[in-house]
Amino acid sequence: MSHDTLFAEVTDPANRADPYPLYARLRETPVSRQGDGSYVVSTHAAIRGLIFDPRLSSEDLPPSQRPPTGNPFKDWIVNPIKNRVVNAHRPLIFRDPPDHDTLRAIVMEQFTIPRVRGVHREVEGIVEDLIDKLQGRDEICLVEDFSYPLPVMVICRLLGVPEEDEEQFQKWATVLATALEPDSRGDEEARHATATAFDAISDYMRGLIKEKRKNPADDMLSGLANPEPGKPAMGDFDLIASAILLLVAGHETTVNLITNGMLTLIRHPEELDRLRRDPERAPRLIEELLRYEPPVHFRTRKALGDIDIAGTTIPAGAPVILLFAAGNRDPARFADPDRFDPDREDNQHFGFGGGLHYCLGAPLARIETEIALNALVRRFVAPRLLQDPPPYRPGASLRGPEKLGIGLERIA
Amino acid sequence: MSADRGVVVVGASLAGLRGAEALRRGGYAGPLTLVGDEPYQPYDRPPLSKHVLAGELRPDATALPHLVDLDATWRLGQPAVGLDRAARMLRLADGSALPYEKLLIATGARARSWPVTEKTGPLPSGIHTLRSRDDAAALRAALAAGPKRVLIVGAGLIGCEAASCCRDLGLAVTLADPNPTPLARILGSRIGGVIVSCLDTAGVDFRPGTHVDAFEADAAGRVCRARLKQGAAIETDCVIVALGATRDTGWLAEAGLMADEGGLTCDVACRALDADGQPAPGIYAAGDVARTPNPLHVGRLAAFEHWGNAVAQAGHAARNMLAAEDDQQEYRHLPAFWSSQFGINIKGVGLADGADTVAVMQGSRASRRFLAVYGREGRTIAAISFDQARWLPAYAERIEAGVAFPPILGATDQSIKDFGVPDFPQPRSR
Repeated sequence: MSHDTLFAEVTDPANRADPYPLYARLRETPVSRQGDGSYVVSTHAAIRGLIFDPRLSSEDLPPSQRPPTGNPFKDWIVNPIKNRVVNAHRPLIFRDPPDHDTLRAIVMEQFTIPRVRGVHREVEGIVEDLIDKLQGRDEICLVEDFSYPLPVMVICRLLGVPEEDEEQFQKWATVLATALEPDSRGDEEARHATATAFDAISDYMRGLIKEKRKNPADDMLSGLANPEPGKPAMGDFDLIASAILLLVAGHETTVNLITNGMLTLIRHPEELDRLRRDPERAPRLIEELLRYEPPVHFRTRKALGDIDIAGTTIPAGAPVILLFAAGNRDPARFADPDRFDPDREDNQHFGFGGGLHYCLGAPLARIETEIALNALVRRFVAPRLLQDPPPYRPGASLRGPEKLGIGLERIA
Repeated sequence: MSADRGVVVVGASLAGLRGAEALRRGGYAGPLTLVGDEPYQPYDRPPLSKHVLAGELRPDATALPHLVDLDATWRLGQPAVGLDRAARMLRLADGSALPYEKLLIATGARARSWPVTEKTGPLPSGIHTLRSRDDAAALRAALAAGPKRVLIVGAGLIGCEAASCCRDLGLAVTLADPNPTPLARILGSRIGGVIVSCLDTAGVDFRPGTHVDAFEADAAGRVCRARLKQGAAIETDCVIVALGATRDTGWLAEAGLMADEGGLTCDVACRALDADGQPAPGIYAAGDVARTPNPLHVGRLAAFEHWGNAVAQAGHAARNMLAAEDDQQEYRHLPAFWSSQFGINIKGVGLADGADTVAVMQGSRASRRFLAVYGREGRTIAAISFDQARWLPAYAERIEAGVAFPPILGATDQSIKDFGVPDFPQPRSR
């Protein structure tokens, strides 16, 4: 059978619960041209070659185009200006060097050791609180009750968003997360919702930055808004884009990682028991989880030049889909790849992507997931899945359960 | 292998240690002896010119981790002084002799010292080199005492790293070199010019085209001045002589091997060659001391003072030491090095000298963040990155494949407006 429609099957929600057999078929052609002219890259070696290839660009977003509102002032004056601002100040995951590097370095500076340690304590507190609230219930939805609220609360505290605004932030994050989903780009309604949420959160951030300049605190936004003299700084538009990115990119991904983690552990009860007995196993287990059920299955890029790889030439200008989750299950790289094995050695997965866009929040995600999974296995007594497979959200890239019903004997 | 003789590794160095470990990993269970002229367990050199000078790391905190339980006999503080190949005996400074079945020579190199002749008389005190742990400890103590002006003679990698550290310590520094820019021999002056701008920003007094002729001492015998060939003088109370290294092969003078201060010549399988150019039975070499043919540079022998080469070559030599005579594999290695100075991470692959063109492929020299490639006769032979190391593997692959110059067109942040002659100095007269 021809492989040029396989990726369409990947994006088909019907295959969301188990896309891995499709990935195995895609890997038969490491770089496979699809009917729409895009190239899907699915083996570990080919992905690895491309993420370190300087001809692969992340500036693959179409120009921002706000849908017409019918209001001439908005359609002819305000929105074109907004579009221009958005195009010129994309968040750094959609930027190439040198701008990407400058922005990333500035953001990285803010992930200071004391701040990350502080996050550790915050996460411990939030996790125990969230689980305490479930006392007395014998059925819960892990996504709604736990995985979903946690990352937003953490990123809000790290950024310095006041606690009373966290709920509003959660709502924006939900809408904006779809903006990272490559297959939703064409959807008019989604674009409209994204633009509205984007404007609202941008206005909010502008105000918050002003506040952080007036009353700086020890948080990332204060750090970004008040650069030390002589150090590289970013303008306000980039600052807003970066703050939104931290919120959005750190949100649904972490939700997926924690939810997939618990799902995988309940499916592998012996591993759940081992983790319960030995919390120190968590780091290894999370690395394997990032390989086995990664929170982000693919990202898109654009070829700037003709790229020869794995017997195929990707022509300049072609969209490239790096199917990280398929590389993670490549039998040429991982022995027995469909087995969940936390004791796996040399586990060089693409769970956080790779190359220069390697996940900026990886350390944070590891901390959150470690604390979360350890607390969940410690406190959930006899957890079982109410529905397996669970229902999934529509996204094929940011793939994760929409709900994860778990039945419990009790909460310890 | 004869059970009582076993393997002797000369040089308790990075190459020596990793070579010994590779022997054990390869299944060698017989007697193993490591001989070292310094009294220390093998240590890591790269931090010596960086963190140790800066006072961030104690010199004795540089010991290399042992990756394998070696179960070896250590003869430390015991220089090898001679080799009797006929009797397969290694002679040590204390008069003892070690029998060997197989020998791995990893004696490395030593800092090229300031020439002392009858005419110059003895050197004043306060003149340092930087190669060993003791060198670094002495220099660190001298820098911590707060000299008025440090003079660094030689603007190669070590000279530049030392200059960078001295400025971080707030010390006044003069850096003198006969070439127009630092790193001229390694990278050429076109790229070396970027370091000139770093020196300028950092406040280093850089003196290009400068030949230091002699040092003068004060009444206490301490260095107080460097006299220049051009007649002028530089006032200094602390000198770092950074003129490169000579291979530690003096002890092999009578051994009948192809050895001189440029290295011990080996074949592609890391076997030491005798005076007739034949592999000497049972004798292998690895690391800085080993001068080998390089598949990327046909007809040219080179010894690399590179950390990665020491590890890889020692592992390869160990493999061949354990293999049968008819299963000696060729050592293929793409040279690679790194340096950190003036807040910049510099990484290079391939051999740039001998290039006829250099082109900035990504970034720009002005921003001090770039990747440049070197070409010779239309072929890509080397690449250097300043704070752009992540792309280096892509270029390394193409250098190994010998692709046309320039490679990788259509990269992000690419303009290719900046290309030209690399400006290497004339070869050093020997």
